[in-house]
This record gives sequence, structure tokens and C-alpha cells, in this order.
Amino acid sequence: MPQNKASLLSGDEAVALAAIESGVKLGTGYPGTPSTEILETFSRLGGHAQWAPNEKVALEVGLGVAFAGARAIVTMKHVGLNVAADPLFTAALTKVTGALVVVSADDPGMASSQNEQDNRRYALAAGVPMLEPADSQEAYEFTLRAIEISERWQAPVLLRMTTRVCHSKTVVRSGTVAIPQPRAAKFVRDCRNRVMIPAHARPAHHRLRETLANIAAWNEKEGPNEIVAGSTSLGIITSGIAYQHVREAAPEASVLKLGMTYPLPIEKMRAFADSVDLCMVIEEGDPYLVEAARTAGIAVEGKQEMYRHGELNPQRVRRILNDDCSPEPKPVPGKPPALCPGCPHRIAFTALKNLDCIVAGDIGCYTLGVLPPFEAMDTMVDMGAAIGVGLGLRHSLPPDEAKRVVSVIGDSTFVHSGITGLVEMVYNPPATGHVLIILDNGTTAMTGLQEHPGTGRTLAHLKTGKLIFEDLARTLGIKNVHVIDPQPAPEKFQELIQSCLEKPELSVIVARRNCLLAARSIREYEVHENDTRELEVCHE
Amino acid sequence: MSKPTNVVIAGLGGQGVIKASDILADVVFSAGLDVKKSELHGMSQRGGSVSSDVRFGECVFSPMVPAGEADFLVVISADQVPVNAAALAPGGVLIEPAQIDESRLSNKKSINVALLGKLSRHLPFSAEAWVSALKRNLPEKLHDVNLKSFAIGREG
Repeated sequence: MPQNKASLLSGDEAVALAAIESGVKLGTGYPGTPSTEILETFSRLGGHAQWAPNEKVALEVGLGVAFAGARAIVTMKHVGLNVAADPLFTAALTKVTGALVVVSADDPGMASSQNEQDNRRYALAAGVPMLEPADSQEAYEFTLRAIEISERWQAPVLLRMTTRVCHSKTVVRSGTVAIPQPRAAKFVRDCRNRVMIPAHARPAHHRLRETLANIAAWNEKEGPNEIVAGSTSLGIITSGIAYQHVREAAPEASVLKLGMTYPLPIEKMRAFADSVDLCMVIEEGDPYLVEAARTAGIAVEGKQEMYRHGELNPQRVRRILNDDCSPEPKPVPGKPPALCPGCPHRIAFTALKNLDCIVAGDIGCYTLGVLPPFEAMDTMVDMGAAIGVGLGLRHSLPPDEAKRVVSVIGDSTFVHSGITGLVEMVYNPPATGHVLIILDNGTTAMTGLQEHPGTGRTLAHLKTGKLIFEDLARTLGIKNVHVIDPQPAPEKFQELIQSCLEKPELSVIVARRNCLLAARSIREYEVHENDTRELEVCHE
Repeated sequence: MSKPTNVVIAGLGGQGVIKASDILADVVFSAGLDVKKSELHGMSQRGGSVSSDVRFGECVFSPMVPAGEADFLVVISADQVPVNAAALAPGGVLIEPAQIDESRLSNKKSINVALLGKLSRHLPFSAEAWVSALKRNLPEKLHDVNLKSFAIGREG
């Protein structure tokens, strides 16, 4: 990359560019809006990028890379970090020798998510340093800094993005931050810092707190925090995208922009607050900064509770600063998203509606089955919940209702978190049996047509090992396993569901037909695979 | 500091809203101005309402156009005008499909680019700059159709 070359990049693309420039050995993650484009771009730029079955596996793979002394970046949406929380909390106690950067892409306002959790809480809870970029330039620079911090303190680092930082395109000048060259991967045995038995984990926890104190001291002096000098009557402490709205809404104010939001530069915040008559904290989501400031005895004013919900923008920041809690103008409702015309999921939800099923649903395009004209979904909570929730309903409802319960899950979601649910179904079968429908459209459609282990192709669409759902179900001992294309004869598909519902047995129906949006690409990948196979045969 | 120019492009998923805003942002960026472009991906891709904000000038902070501050509102689907009307500033310019003679477009899907042609009449960038940006952002086989549609929008 030439020095200071300017390009117009999304925050996600900027993270990928930094990962390439810093010699990241492996990028892994699970697709999730708004994080998906990071690994896709990293792959396109020539990086080694992989989709993992879920975020937990991705983080563990990344940790292994960092234990080997190399650099890893692991990407996920905010709720993905819940899945990866188990390795995250204990990885914080270990010592990495390379770099482990975990990108959490939060979705305040829930543009495409089931909740708007604020993952700054994870940094605090797990004791993992966190950087928060406010635009693509910072997404680029903070990725490099995160790698440097991770290697310097041998700790995993969280890079917290939000939807507007991930998906906004802003100008990026590369070559602005120099960090050390990556080291060659090499195994060095270090059981005390990597095998977290209690005898090792106890001192490791003490060490973690010391490390965090050292990072906090560094953050006070040299951290990526900036003061914009302005009026002494109003000072604003802010971070991430909220900074941009603040500069527009209150151009006259003094601003302390925090780039590292865990551990916080508390003394810097105190001095800033003391330098102004009124110090406000403007932050999107939870009152994370305001609580930390108040706990430290810094006098600050936070936003009103109504602004905890949804994204901020310049006019909402103006309202916060004016202490305006009047009802906000409601946007004119737009056209809601819908299943595409001709989408095979339409047939599935029509059948479920016709059969008056109680549907435990899951996360993907098919969640749109809850909306008219189908209105054929009764629960949706988290990835994989269709199976567990469906089983719970079966166990507890009276038999005539229990017999109507169906679990519906997509192919990528099944791989992500449905397999253990299927094991539960075999291990603790309800008295009335159960019916699981896997809607297999051959892609991760919701997030933009990504591959997964069930497609048998890698992130870069090349042939690899393939998980076959029906074989897995049969191997687990489920007797009624059916594979059907619902499209040619929707009534046959409905009859099949009905016959399964009537049996007090376990049934798995794989409804297999490629997503309309992906079908053409899938055909092209398959043709390419066949060509390659023929070539291999010729070489023999 | 002068205020940025605010453009909102709106329509339905699949109509080329994001592509149109990419092209506009590219023109502005190539002219050496600061630019920010923002939209939401995800659910909106399934045929629902989509809008994209493009802001440019000497220095742009927020990537989001505040409600009632759009200097230009470009709407690709007529039924999305009421949904987005609140974005427009008093005295702002609405650019909508009714202003294009669709029968002249060799491919109706290029209406997004024709509307960009209309928008281009109000902005200080040369036709050459627009043509280069169109070529950079579209596959070669679509160049002819879109350059013609752009010209139809730009001419009147």
C-alpha cells in the first residue's frame, strides 16, 4: 500500500485493509450484519479468511493463531459475542504471543438484529481492552493499534464498531500508523499461561488486573483519545459515531473523544470535566460512560432515558443537549421487507399456516414468516432456539396442542447452533415426538449469501468438506428423515409435514431448494467444481 | 465552516439505491471533497424501503442527513416519496421518476442512473466526472445503457 493513499471505504473495508497491511495470518468469524463485509473484503484483498460454524469456534481458532505467535482477527455481530463469550472471558486470562483482535459490530436501533445490546459491557465484564472507532479512518487506524496493544500486553483486544461506522463510507488515508512487523509463527510451550486450571487461573486473574491497570495508565498518557478545544461553558465526553453527531450538533462545545473505552482514562475525563462549567456525556446505547464517570466521582450529566433506545443522530443529540423530552416525530412507515416472490420459504410457511402449527422459529430471512400473509411463527429469540424452545413447548403443552408444535430453522442457523438442539431432541424426546424442519436454501441468505459448512464451499466459494444434514440426523438415530424440494408439489410437502405431526416420533424434514438470489451463483460454483474434478481425473 | 450538501437517495430494495449513492459519493470523492455516505443493510434488502444518505463539503462529521435538512431528495420509486418527504429541507429539490420520460430508457432498471443525471444538473461536477464514476461502479456490459440513461436525465 502506498503511503497516504486516499480511498472511500466503509468501516468494514477499512478494518480489512488494516488487517491485510499488518500481515494478519487468519481472519475468521460468522456472518452477521453489520460485520459481514470485513472478512469478505479481507479475502478479496488476498487475506486468508474463513467462515466458522459459529462465533465461539471462530474465537477459539483465532486464539490458537495468537498462541502460535501470529496475528488473528475474529469478526461477529454484537449477539455473536454472546456465543463467543465463553472463550472470551478465559482468553482474557491467558497470554497470547501474537495478536487477537475481536471485532464486535453492534447494532443500536436494531436495523437487522433481535436486540440492541451494548457490548461495551463485555469489555468491562471480561477485562478485555476495547477500542471504538468513529469513522473509517479510525476503523483502519484502530485495527492496527488493536494489534499492537494485543501483542504488547499479550491480551485479546475488542474493536467495537456500530452499524453506522461499519456501513458508512468515509475517506481513508492509509499508511498513517506504523506498527511492528508480524513475527513468524512458532510454538513456545507456556502451560502456566494457557492451561487455565485453577492453580494457573488464580495468578492469571491477578496478572490480568495488573495488565489492565498498566493499560489504563498508558491510555491516560498516550491512548487514542482526543480533545477538541472549544467553549469552556459546555464540555462533552463522547465516543464512536456519537462524536460525529456531537461535532455537528454542538460545534462550539469542547469535546473529549474517547478512542479507548476500556480501561477508561478516568483522570483525563476528570480533568476535562473540571475544565468546563457543564460536562455532558453523549453516548449511544447504555449509560456506560456516564456510570463510569459518576462512579469515579466526576460530575457529568447524561442523556435522558428515552435516548437510550435507537441510534443517535445530529437532531437527537440537539434534543439531548436542549433537555428536550417531548415526543419525537414518528417516521412515516416505509414498505416492510418481505420474502422474495418465488422464495421457497413461502411454501413452507403457507403449509405451516394451513396446518395451524405452533411454530418455534429461528433467525434468518425466514423469520419474515411471522409477518402477513403467513403469520406462521410463534417464537424467535436467538440462533438455534427453534429446537430447544420447540421441545420445551412439546414437553409442557397438553397433548392436543403439543402435537401441533414444529421447530423451523435455516441451514446456516442449524449449523451455527442447531446441532446441539438436535442432540437434545434425540436424548430427551417429548412424549408426542417432535418435528424439525430445516429450511435448506443452500446459503446464508439474510446476511448476503455467505457460504457455510452445509454448502460444502469455503468463504471464497471453493469446494471443501460438506456437512449433510440428513446423514447427521440419521446417524443420531432419527428414523423419520425426509428430504424434499417443496417447490414442485407444495401439497405433497404439506402432506409430509402432516404425516410427521401425526406420529409420536421424531422427524426431521430437510426442505431443500436453493435461494432464488443465490441459485445462479451456486450453479456457477458447481460447474467450476465439476471442471476442477475433471481436471484432477485427467492428471491421474 | 460551510455546511455540507445533503443528498438522500431512496427507493425499494433491488432498485439500485445503494449503487446510485455509491456513484454520487465517487464523483464527490474524486473531486477532492470530504464525503460521507451511510445506509442500513440487512432486512431492507428484502424488497423493503431503502434510503442512503450522501453528505459532502469541506468537512463532514455525521454520516446521517438530519430530518428536514436534505438539499436534494432523489426517489426512485414514486410510492416512496411520502415515506421520505420529511427528509427534504424547506426549498430543497425533489427528484422523482415522474420527471423522466421512462419510455426513452432502453432499460427501465436504469431509472436510478437517469435520476442521477437529473441530480447532476444541480451539482458542480462535470459530465466527464460523472461518466468516469459510472464506469468505475458498473460492469462494462451495463455501461452503454446507463450512460444513455444518465444523458437523458442530465439533458432536461
